[in-house]
Parts: sequence; C-alpha cells; structure tokens
Amino acid sequence: MPLRLEMRLERSRRLEYLVPVLSVLLALAVSGLLLLMTGTNPLTAYGEMFSEAFGTSYGFAEVLVKATPLILCGLGVMLAFKMLFWNIGAEGQLHMGAWGATAVVMTGWDGSPWLMVPAMVVAGMICGAIWALIPAFLKVQLNCNEIITTLLLNYVAILWVAHFIYGPWKDPESFGFPMTKQFPDGAQLLRFGDSRVHLGLVFALLAAVVLYFLQEKSRWGFEIAVTGNNPTAAEYAGMNSRRNILLVMAISGGLAGLAGMSEIAGIQLKLLKDISPHAAPYGYTAIIIAWLARRNPWGVVLVSVLMGGLYVGGETVQITMKLPVNFVLIIQALILFFVLGGDILSRYKLVYRREAPIGG
Amino acid sequence: MSDSRAAVSMRGVTKRFPGVIANDRVDLELLEGEIHTLLGENGAGKSTLMNVLTGIYLPDEGSISVAGKPVRFNSPKDAIALGIGMVHQHFKLVQSHTVTENIVLGLAGGFQPVRLSEAEGRVAELSERYGVKVDPGAHVWELSIGEQQRVEILKILFRGAKILLLDEPTAVLTPQEADELFVTLRSMREKGHSIVFISHKLDEVMAISDRITVLRGGKNVGTVQTSATSPRALSNLMVGREIQFQTYPRPEMKGESILEVKGVSAEGDRGLPALKDVSFEVASGEILGFAGVAGNGQEELAQVVTGLKAISSGSITVDGRPMAGASAKDFIDAGVSYVPADRHGVATVGDMSLTHNSVLRRYREEKFGQGPLLNLVAASKYADRLIEEFDIKTPGRETAVRTLSGGNLQKVILAREMTTRHRLLVVMSATHGLDVGATEFVRETLNHHREEGAAIVLISEDLEELLSLSDRIAVLFHGEIMGIVDAAQAEIETLGLMMAGERQSEAVA
Ligand SMILES: Nc1ncnc2c1ncn2[C@@H]1O[C@H](COP(=O)(O)OP(=O)(O)OP(=O)(O)O)[C@@H](O)[C@H]1O
Ligand SMILES: [Mg+2]
Repeated sequence: MPLRLEMRLERSRRLEYLVPVLSVLLALAVSGLLLLMTGTNPLTAYGEMFSEAFGTSYGFAEVLVKATPLILCGLGVMLAFKMLFWNIGAEGQLHMGAWGATAVVMTGWDGSPWLMVPAMVVAGMICGAIWALIPAFLKVQLNCNEIITTLLLNYVAILWVAHFIYGPWKDPESFGFPMTKQFPDGAQLLRFGDSRVHLGLVFALLAAVVLYFLQEKSRWGFEIAVTGNNPTAAEYAGMNSRRNILLVMAISGGLAGLAGMSEIAGIQLKLLKDISPHAAPYGYTAIIIAWLARRNPWGVVLVSVLMGGLYVGGETVQITMKLPVNFVLIIQALILFFVLGGDILSRYKLVYRREAPIGG
Repeated sequence: MSDSRAAVSMRGVTKRFPGVIANDRVDLELLEGEIHTLLGENGAGKSTLMNVLTGIYLPDEGSISVAGKPVRFNSPKDAIALGIGMVHQHFKLVQSHTVTENIVLGLAGGFQPVRLSEAEGRVAELSERYGVKVDPGAHVWELSIGEQQRVEILKILFRGAKILLLDEPTAVLTPQEADELFVTLRSMREKGHSIVFISHKLDEVMAISDRITVLRGGKNVGTVQTSATSPRALSNLMVGREIQFQTYPRPEMKGESILEVKGVSAEGDRGLPALKDVSFEVASGEILGFAGVAGNGQEELAQVVTGLKAISSGSITVDGRPMAGASAKDFIDAGVSYVPADRHGVATVGDMSLTHNSVLRRYREEKFGQGPLLNLVAASKYADRLIEEFDIKTPGRETAVRTLSGGNLQKVILAREMTTRHRLLVVMSATHGLDVGATEFVRETLNHHREEGAAIVLISEDLEELLSLSDRIAVLFHGEIMGIVDAAQAEIETLGLMMAGERQSEAVA
C-alpha cells in the first residue's frame, strides 16, 4: 500500500483551528458538486442562503432563533465531551425538558409570569438533567457504554412526548392534531421587538458565560480538564471522577432541557411533535457544533450562529430554488465527516510513497 | 576500533522546537561493531538526536549518512528499512497481545497475512542467538518491565536492525537485569551490530561503552575513547564542574510514629494477591527504604499508603488517624505526598501546561484559590518557583509537559511533591532518568525533608541509593516483607538474599 497513516509527533496548533474552517469549506464544495449534478448553480444557492440569513434583519433574527437551542445543547454536549463522556442524547434531553416545562403549564396553575416562567425553567432543566443522569449512572455503576444508552434514550423521550400529546394532554379543539393547547400568556417567554427572538437567547448567552468561568477559572473546571486528558492522573490527584461524571451530565442534560423549554415557551407556544426540525434535529446538530467549537464556549456560540444561518438559508432555498429539505442535512453531515477526518489528519499524517525509501 | 567503518554519520544536525534548540549542529559518528554512549544532562538533547536518527523528527539542518550513503528519513519505517531501530524511554507495546504478536505488529504491509507460528519460531531463534530471554507466547501484561524491554529489542532485531538505539534502557532495570542486558549488548557487538546507549549512570557507561559522546545544551562537546577518560573528566564535560555524591551524616532523629501499616493485604490489578500481611511503621524524621526486584508489590504498596488502592484486610493509620475507606483526597488532606514511578501515565497530564501540572495534587489548597475559584496567577508563580528551584529546562511555564525531556518531567513531579509541607512522602524510583547533578539535588532534598520531620517511604531498585539515604531498609518479595534491617548495618549480600525470597533470619544466619 503506497498510502499510509503515520503518527505526528509534533502536533500543530494551527491545524487545530484550521481543521474546522477547512472542513466547513470542503463540505460546502462537495455539496456544491451535488447541486451542480442536480442542475443548480451552487454559487447562486449559497449566495442566496447567505444574503437571506445574514443580509436581512428578519433573516438574522431567525438565525438567532435557531441558534438559541443550538447554543444550549451545544454547550451541554461540549461539556460532556470535554470529560470524554460521549453524550449524544441531547435530543432526548431537549424533549424531556420541553415535557417538564409543559407539565408545569398542564397543572392548570395560572400564576404570574414572574413565577410561571422560572417554574418552567426549573422543571425543564430538572427533567433534562434526570434524563442525562440515567446513562451517567449506568456508566458509573455498571460501566454501560454511554454512546448506546444516550442514543437509545432519545427515542424513548420522543415517544414519551408523543404519548402525552396524542393522549392525556391533547387539545380537544386541535382537529385531531397531536398537540397541547396554546400556553397562556404567562407561560410564554418574552420576545424582543416584533421578532421571534426570545428570552431563551439570553439564557443561552448566560450559560456560555457561566460555562466559560467554570471551565477556565474554577477548581472544578480544572478537574474536568484533567479527567478528560488523563483519567489516571485525575485519580492520582484525588479527584472524584464518578461524582464529576454525574455532575457534568446533570449540567449537560439541564442545558438541553432548557433548550427544549425555551423552544416551546418562546417559539412553538405549545408542546407538539416536531419541537426540533425533522431534517436536522437540534440535539444532533449540537454534536457537530461541539466538535467544531474545539471545547470553547465562545466557539459554541459562534458555530451555533453559523449553523443557524445554514438552517435559515436552507429553508429559503428550499422555497425559492426548490431544493430538497435534506439539503441542509447533507451539508451538516459532510461538515462532521470532514472535521472528524481532519482531526485524524492533525494527529496523523498521510504518507505516499511508491517503493522502499532510500535517500538521495 | 580505528580501522572500523562508520555505520552512521550525522553531520551538523540541528533540531529546533518552539523556544529551544534541542540539537545544535551536532556531529556524531557511529562505527560498525561499537557501543557508543551518549551522555549529557537532562534536556541536553540526547533523545532528540536519536529521534532524528530514527526518522521520528526531521532535522532542520544537517545530513545523515548510513554506510556511507546520504539518506533522508521521513518516518521510523524508513530508518528500520535501513537497519536502524530504537528502544524508547517508555515502551510502546500492546498489553493484551502476546510477545510474538507485538513483534510482528505492523510488519506485513497491506493485507498479506502473517503466519504466527512461523514468526514465533523466528522470535525463539533470535532470543536464543542474542541471549534475550522471553517467552514468545506470553502476553505482554504478564511480563515485567525488564522483559518488556527485551520484547522491544527483539522487535527491532526481528526487523533486521544492525544499528540499535537504546534510550536509557537501564533506568527501568534491576541491577541483575541490567547485567543481562549488557551481556546481550556485548554479544550484539560481537556480531557486528552498532549500538547507541544512553544512560546517566557513569559506572555503567564506563563499563559498557567503547566511545562516549557528551552533549551539553544541544551541542556535541566532545567524543572520547572510554579507555582514555574517567568519570571525573566526563562530569566536567557534562556540566562544567565536578559532581560528588555526598554521604549523609545520619543523626538519630526519629520522632513520633507517622505511618502505621498493620497486617495489610491487597490485590493487584489482575486480581491476584499483591500484598500479603504487610506490617511496618515509619516515624517522623525517618526514611524507610523498600528494596526488591520490580513487580514484587512495590507499586501496590505505594498505592495502598496513598489511598489509590483499597486494602482487603489490615489497617493503615497516618498520624494516628485510621484511614480505613479513605479516598486519595483524604490522604492528600492528611499530608501525604506521592511521587509515582509512571510519569506519563499517572503523575502528569501531558497536554496540559507546566503551570497546571504543578498544582495537579494541590489545586484545592487555599493558596491556589478562593472557594470554588482557581487562582492561576498564584499557580503560575508557584510554577516559576519550581522551575527555578529544581532547574527545570523548559521554554516556559506554559509549555505542555509532554514536550519536556524525560528527566525534566521527573523534576516537575518531584518539585511539586517535594515543595510542600507534608507528614508523609512516598517516593518511587525518585532519581530514575535524572542526571548526576539532579540526582544529587534530589537526594539532598529528601534528606532535608527528613530533617524537617517528615516520614519518608523510599521505594527503589537502586540498592546504593537506598543504603545511602535510608535509616532502615525493608525487602519486598512476592508481596511479603522478608525483613527490615538497619541501613547502617545492612550488607548488600544479605539484602540480595532477601530480595531472592529468603527471610531475614535465614539470610543473616
Ligand atoms: N516534541 C517536543 N516539542 C518541544 N520541545 C521538545 C520536544 N522534544 C524535546 N523538546 C525539548 O528539547 C530539549 C531536549 O530534549 P531531549 O528529550 O532530547 O533531552 P534528553 O537529553 O533526552 O534529556 P533527558 O536526560 O532528560 O531524557 C528539551 O529542552 C525539551 O524540552
Ligand atoms: Mg531523554
């Protein structure tokens, strides 16, 4: 075999940041080729996507709307990844958060928004956290592989929500659609101006600030970093890794739960089936975001806004240029594909040689 | 050997890393059939030079020729294709595979299958021919460190290497194992192999090498015939001054008992009994040495008295406080410091900075932050202090410790664990891989801690070090204490017998 992988001994810092950028560009190039094959000019399509998402104030507001749950889920996933806990269950945690918040509304309690919204926030975060603690607990106690447990719990959460909106919580006046009644005003999140941007964005940015300080300035953040880099050294340093896994997952799930809560209380205003876009669910996109963001909370915010642009731009070209829904999904998948590939190449180098080496 | 041809010659090799010139226009000539030692302080550039010669690093400048032909290596595979193989400071074996599987691993390019039985035959034959004793069918996890090293040597012989580079091979060996290695090396020399040998132990260097090259600050400061030099002249070349090991006057200063271990048994990682009914005490102002052939329970003993391994029976008290069920953190809080043997795997986080590593076990202390916050400014100052006091060679405190030289990494760990007020200090293989100057400094520091009233458990395979530092010496064999003797009266032969499994009374009789 003339091509082979060899470990790089000198790891380059520049590659660390170059890889995400290049992988996005490559993903766009390859999807461009696919577009060409379907007879669409990719440059026109990308141009339209970009100018719609970032060129108009309506478009940009919609980008922020999409970025809100992405930031929250992305931060949660990033934190778990930082400790090498592969939480791919943000989607399920988001659904449970939405369910928990709805449960508060469904009690029929009609408190003031000053009490109602905090109660929904707390309920959403707790439900998301509990959902994330199940796989964490299984990992700590029985060493169950979290990739499988978190993934499978996503389906359970989605069905759990479905059960309630098809059954006990279904709005009798919805003409058979599986959804709850619209939330009362007191259970809706404040919106800014006449856009759909809502208080959830503030939650998301606050969460980024808090995580940044936790990560960079706290003793606990130090524990997470050490554990993620060398678990044996963490043990040697007297760190309690089991407790930290539980804590990290509680936060991770809590943030995804908050994403679910703010999405239904800020945008949908009721619990329904497609809380998160069918083609590219927020909880899964969050995995790509966490990977692209290089363990950095500000990176998560930035990448989430770009991904939000992809959603909004994608919707536009879907209408104006009749491109398929799955187009956005294809681009996302390609980005993930290239980042993962790029990460391998930043650790290993590809060597091509025709025959045995002799100098010269 | 003046009539020998050069097997390898390196000319003007320069290798730079961010902030350091690891090799500075180094010339090195390795003759056919010679054992050539590379000598130099920690961070002098020895490992780097060998990494250049095996194609792991590309030199920034300079040229290499093998058997007279200029070559350019892009990877270790290129080097091995020309018969150059290296045994690294830490091994790279797959624990769950057998010896033979490890040896053939990565050999068959592409998809052609390897016939294991055939390979096993060849491994057995090679091990016979060079006197490298190891069972080809054994799993690596079953092997001692010394045996694993032999696997590494067989691995490169199997690939037809004529030139062997051994980076501090004896740092991890017991004296007996080292002697066996020397027999192997001499037999290789007879068969025409060329060997580069790196070691900080001058007596070994004098005994085994034909010629010696000294590196200092990345530069070659001289190549000499071993027969024409002396340890004194060598240390002068290395550090520009003479280093002499002191013997420490040891006034009796035992205070109250600090560590009490009674009837402790524990299991090893493989579930086999590793410690059996071990009892001893260490008092304030006392150094208790632990001698023994590696793998006789030393690691487990250290883990048990630092809270990193649970005991199955018995009791441990620190300062009179029972530590049953205590966590590693409880031990740290009780004033227990620990220098483990495994620098990369346990004691440091390679990708994190020297600053972060310097507070690895101390980040909870008040001086490094308030409440939940970590004070990185205080940690940086502390890191600077360690660099200064322990003369750690690094471009700066923000450098990832993965890039430090072996000896300098060890200094980071020692500095961290020894720059604190503790009740009990547990040290394993403290001076492994340290140059003579650093070794002397560490011994002095240990002695200083003893004077300050710390209790010290010193685990080592270096009997001379144990004899010169300890008050008493305990000998471990198959997880049991064969006896505890007064260091002042101890004789090497008696200790040797105990290390081989004879109990104290029998050994003395
Ligand atoms: N991959 C790397 N990246 C950056 N700096 C490095 C790297 N490898 C080595 N260095 C630096 O190069 C210098 C020489 O290191 P080297 O490992 O060659 O020393 P050494 O002579 O083998 O020392 P020791 O006796 O401690 O093993 C050191 O200052 C070290 O920090
Ligand atoms: Mg070295």
